[in-house]
Amino acid sequence: MPYISNTDIERKKMLAEIGVKNSKELLTGILGKFQLEDPINLDEAYSEMEITNKISELAAKNKANANSFLGGGIYNHFIPAAVDHIILRPEFHTAYTPYQAEVSQGTLQYIYEYQTMICDLTGMDISNAGMYDGASAAAEAILMAVRKTKKYKAVIAGTINPLYLKVIKTYTEDIGIELVIIPQKNGLIDLDELKANVDDKTGCVLLQTPNFFGNIEDAFAVEEITHSAKKALFIVAADPISLALLNAPSEYNADIVVGEGQALGNAMNYGGPLLGFLAATSKLARTMPGRIVGATLDADGNRSYCLTLQAREQHIRRAKATSNICSNEALCNLTAAVYMCLMGKEGLKEVADYSVTKAHYLAEEISKLDGFSMAFDAPFFKEFIVKTPIPASKIIAKLEDRNIFPGIDMKKFGYDNMLMIAVTEKKRKCDLDELINSLREVTNG
Amino acid sequence: MAKTIFEIQSEGRKGYTLPKNDVKINNCIPKKFQRAQDIKLPQVSELDVMRHFIELSQMNHCIEKGFYPLGSCTMKYNPKLNETLARNSAFNDLHPFQSENTTQGALEIMYELQNDLAEISGFADVTLQPVAGAHGEFTGLKVIKAYHEANGNSHKNKIILPDSAHGTNPASVILAGFKVVEIKSNNKGLVDIEDLKVHVDENTAGFMLTNPNTLGLFETQIDEIAEIIHSVDGLMYMDGANFNAIMGIVKPGEIGFDIMHFNLHKTFATPHGGGGPGSGPIGVREDLVKFLPAPMINKKDDKYFLDYSHEDTSLGKVHPFFGNFAVNFRAYIYIKMLGAEGLERVSENAVINANYIQKKLEKYYDIPFKDQYCMHEFVASGVWQKEKYDIKTLDIAKRILDKGYHAPTIYFPLIVHEAMMIEPTETESKETLDEFINAMIEIAKECEENPELLKNAPLNTPVKRVDDTLAVRQLNVKFEL
Repeated sequence: MPYISNTDIERKKMLAEIGVKNSKELLTGILGKFQLEDPINLDEAYSEMEITNKISELAAKNKANANSFLGGGIYNHFIPAAVDHIILRPEFHTAYTPYQAEVSQGTLQYIYEYQTMICDLTGMDISNAGMYDGASAAAEAILMAVRKTKKYKAVIAGTINPLYLKVIKTYTEDIGIELVIIPQKNGLIDLDELKANVDDKTGCVLLQTPNFFGNIEDAFAVEEITHSAKKALFIVAADPISLALLNAPSEYNADIVVGEGQALGNAMNYGGPLLGFLAATSKLARTMPGRIVGATLDADGNRSYCLTLQAREQHIRRAKATSNICSNEALCNLTAAVYMCLMGKEGLKEVADYSVTKAHYLAEEISKLDGFSMAFDAPFFKEFIVKTPIPASKIIAKLEDRNIFPGIDMKKFGYDNMLMIAVTEKKRKCDLDELINSLREVTNG
Repeated sequence: MAKTIFEIQSEGRKGYTLPKNDVKINNCIPKKFQRAQDIKLPQVSELDVMRHFIELSQMNHCIEKGFYPLGSCTMKYNPKLNETLARNSAFNDLHPFQSENTTQGALEIMYELQNDLAEISGFADVTLQPVAGAHGEFTGLKVIKAYHEANGNSHKNKIILPDSAHGTNPASVILAGFKVVEIKSNNKGLVDIEDLKVHVDENTAGFMLTNPNTLGLFETQIDEIAEIIHSVDGLMYMDGANFNAIMGIVKPGEIGFDIMHFNLHKTFATPHGGGGPGSGPIGVREDLVKFLPAPMINKKDDKYFLDYSHEDTSLGKVHPFFGNFAVNFRAYIYIKMLGAEGLERVSENAVINANYIQKKLEKYYDIPFKDQYCMHEFVASGVWQKEKYDIKTLDIAKRILDKGYHAPTIYFPLIVHEAMMIEPTETESKETLDEFINAMIEIAKECEENPELLKNAPLNTPVKRVDDTLAVRQLNVKFEL
């Protein structure tokens, strides 16, 4: 049997030590009538060669090499080769959660370094060791705000990723939290509506910037309105790549910053695993969910690391924990940490700059095509929405035959004849021009 | 003790290359939105990065380095084949917004995994959306909520669980908007049926149970428990953390459970990754399928598709997309490699290995519950060592590190004093177990002969005992850049 070490002879010796004749006696003795009579029904076991062939066949049924402009929260940024070499080290890859600090210093230190870099990007004082994804991080940030303020009204910009909103609803609907969604105006949060809805009952305002449409929100204005309400916390969801160039959320007094960290060196993997990051000001440290690593000393007085503030967590606090989270996405933290080290200060800025300039070139050129125009005139980052002369679904279907994925059909989210296009540094000018030309060809007549 | 990456850097050093930007456009971002303070990510070379992280890696324990007798965590060997096959750009580069035409291979894997897990567990269908065990618990509890609300029973607000439950259970119950009612375990380490009866009433929404439980004991009264809970229209939830004991030999869906989560990063050999990513799919009985998160993966005329048809009754989304696809992919390969008989052998060997260690250690450590054979794990206690030599179980755990092993899960379950929960898994050989047993016996002797050794342990690890109280008192969670 694959992956089982013991032989029949060894098993026999062990069963004799246990004091039973055979394993049947042992198992039936415990399980009695609950034991299955017939074996379960699965495919015949594959050999290594057979499964390898099967996976090749399945791979051939996917199309993963298109000239793709898909985004919507998941982005195809460049990943340096060295990342995978580190991830695959078994010492990281098959290690357990670092509860036993003395044999987990590697994991603990990279999390500490990850936390440091997330704090640098966001301008926050403390980052945790990650959440499942940007959506659950946003949901947990709202729960944090409610815990801190004891105010059960959460005001959310309608320009947030609608998939985040769905997850937030699932997380908040049964514990008495009221969600108030502020509509959009020209692709940005409607500030008048926001003003009208923020009041003494408001525990937090959640704003995504760049928002779902790719537009850069005026977080300064939103912050002012948020903090005009007593105690209300300002939660910002940000694209970590964008933070290389855009205001650190601390510059507009965010209290909690969350986001999707997939873009930091993690492959898209059909949408999972992802990496939620969550950082906050120091006064919120004790209300944070998830693991946090702290630096300390060992018995010899040497610098070392351990999980800290564990009294917040489920394995200690049980029903009173700040969250139920246990397993997180640790290996994706490592990926992000290695990525940020390799790219460094200049690399991350270049990645952001390339993405922005290429997106703007593409937007400008597409706007020149007959029947196409920008849906909004707000400043945007690496993603934007164009109005299309024919339904976006038709464009997508036609371009799929040319191995181009032109973007996301916004009809899914209630907007007819709109296409959302994302650009990263991986796009060459010829890739952009191919899209421009193809859009022209498939919409002309 | 390693330097941090921030202490290695040098101004202007680079660890990446990018092509020249072949597009020139200026002033894309209004001044107001440009960052005032420059970022300070480290400036290091690729070699700096490699050396740094390799140095860090060498301070970690891992499965390939040594044994993890870690109860309720199922630290089995993670086949390398799965890593090789999962590193395939035809899967890694799939975007979740691609059309179904272009993701048929991935959808087929998800569809087959849903079906295989349903078959293994005896449930009608499975969602792959939850990405961790606790996430699965939360999803399962939301199914319970949706079920009662659909039946007009929104007064059902209590979830009952035993005092031996994992900490995530009560935490998930609260997140899902229920109240926690904790009941006692009896003197055999099993659910105390009388105490259960006292607490069950018409407000009972469900019961959460790990089976085998966290003492490694199979709850043999499971049918009676299910009958009591079902008699008030409550639902039975199984925490699947210990599924490695019964996989292929017991179907939870056929012994009284209505919902369960799987921990693919335990039972189905996907790597723990130092704490994640995991995957926590849940299976449910037929009438609960309509409450699962959308989409499910379905098949029509040989074409796989994302099925949103039950969105109206669904509890909503717990993940923006379809869960941890890359983790699920590895579990799929594992199931295909083992087949039905292989999975049965897994459980059989896991149970033999655990009973073998328990038997060999029973003279040296207190085994509080041994009326019945254990399943895949057992709980020992350090009470003898505590009483006779004032050695804490924490000291024993730290001394185990010195012997080249990871420590067992300690001080859990809470109902056992000085608990040490030991789970060997099926992948370990008799030799490894014998060596571990000898190490444990040596430690028992050291408690008697040289207790100071234990109190100062560990001595052979990359750092000495770490002061976690200091870490809380002087909170330092980032390097000052």
